Amino acid sequence: MIGLYHPGSSIIHRTPTLLKLLLLSVGVTVVGLLGQPWQLLVALGAVFVLYVVAGIPPRPAWQQIGPILWILIIAVPLQALFAGWTTAGMMAGRLVVAVALAALFTLTTTVTAVLEGFQALLHPFRRWIDADRVGLLVALTLRCIPLVAEIVAEVLEARRARGTQGSLLALAVPVVVRSLYAADAIGEALVARGLDD
Amino acid sequence: MTRITFDGVSHSYGKRSVLRDIRLDLSEHRIGVVGANGSGKSTLVRMINGLITPTSGTVSVDGLNVARNAREVRRQVGFIFTNPDNQIVMPTVQEDVAFTLRRRGLTREQVAERTAAALDRFGLTAHADHPAHRLSGGQKQLLALAAVLVAEPKIVVADEPTTLLDARNARRITELLQEMSQQVIVVTHQLELLAGFDRVVVIDEGEVAFDGSPDAALDSYRELLA
Repeated sequence: MIGLYHPGSSIIHRTPTLLKLLLLSVGVTVVGLLGQPWQLLVALGAVFVLYVVAGIPPRPAWQQIGPILWILIIAVPLQALFAGWTTAGMMAGRLVVAVALAALFTLTTTVTAVLEGFQALLHPFRRWIDADRVGLLVALTLRCIPLVAEIVAEVLEARRARGTQGSLLALAVPVVVRSLYAADAIGEALVARGLDD
Repeated sequence: MTRITFDGVSHSYGKRSVLRDIRLDLSEHRIGVVGANGSGKSTLVRMINGLITPTSGTVSVDGLNVARNAREVRRQVGFIFTNPDNQIVMPTVQEDVAFTLRRRGLTREQVAERTAAALDRFGLTAHADHPAHRLSGGQKQLLALAAVLVAEPKIVVADEPTTLLDARNARRITELLQEMSQQVIVVTHQLELLAGFDRVVVIDEGEVAFDGSPDAALDSYRELLA
């Protein structure tokens, strides 16, 4: 969900998050139960229409759905070997439709909306769970992925510059140490921004 | 302007003493804090919003003891860190600014309105829905400023806010800090940032080495570094 949101005002963007999540769950379940190739083609067509309605350009859509094809290049022949090409094709089709539906959710929903959805879901359990903290935890996790990726990239570069490419220790130690320093600094910033209010 | 008082403040990290018996009464509009690396200046300003509690002595903001009223004081004191990356909490620019207004008892519309105004003020409206981590260094520091000022603090404390920026972005941040109506306390090594400031405090080895007008303070600081 990091940086995937595609701004817009379509009906899909405006649909409440929890309803979207429910529809996503139903959609993925239904796709998993489809037994005929023509049914899958109809589902693919429906997903295409949903992308058009949401106004998602081909590039961001491809960025989300494309990577699954690499898995299918390996998985489909293996499946075909054991269960035949029809079954393998159905499996691939179901997977593509499910991933496309999930991607549509992330492309049309802000992280804040997802967090609010989480908070609404956890509201009945507020006596035992601080929904706000859970939401913040999810947001921070998402935020920290690019941060850690940046640290790893910088350490890899430094490792190359110092000619220690082969050393796992030269990668792990600085990444862990810098990640801990970053965590400490983010913690301080959270306090400064009034998290303990 | 708000009155910030350091009354006999000392601080140690284990056995290492970083501040010793600091006595300051700060009520000017723009105050600079300079000192060499490890002199204790960052520790000093972190005490203003309770990020660090003194080992002995008292820091107070408008008569409120910071150690005992940290939450209340933090609502009045915004803090800008050197590395804006550490200050960004939410994935997108707009969400990060809005994050500051959590638990402030504002309606969704009020949050949206204030967030939009803050983004507009710092020229970030076009980036509102962009991932915050993909902004340039200068834009990230602008985002940090927007995220702090959206809460309308009385005091803005900035700890070396231009150290990681190029000359153009450093100048932009400097101008913004100098234009602020809030009381501003800036820790810096870049002495040109302090032009037009009302008071500059020089910290050396945990003590106030000089406290006065910018020109005299900067002369004193240069002598210390010589």
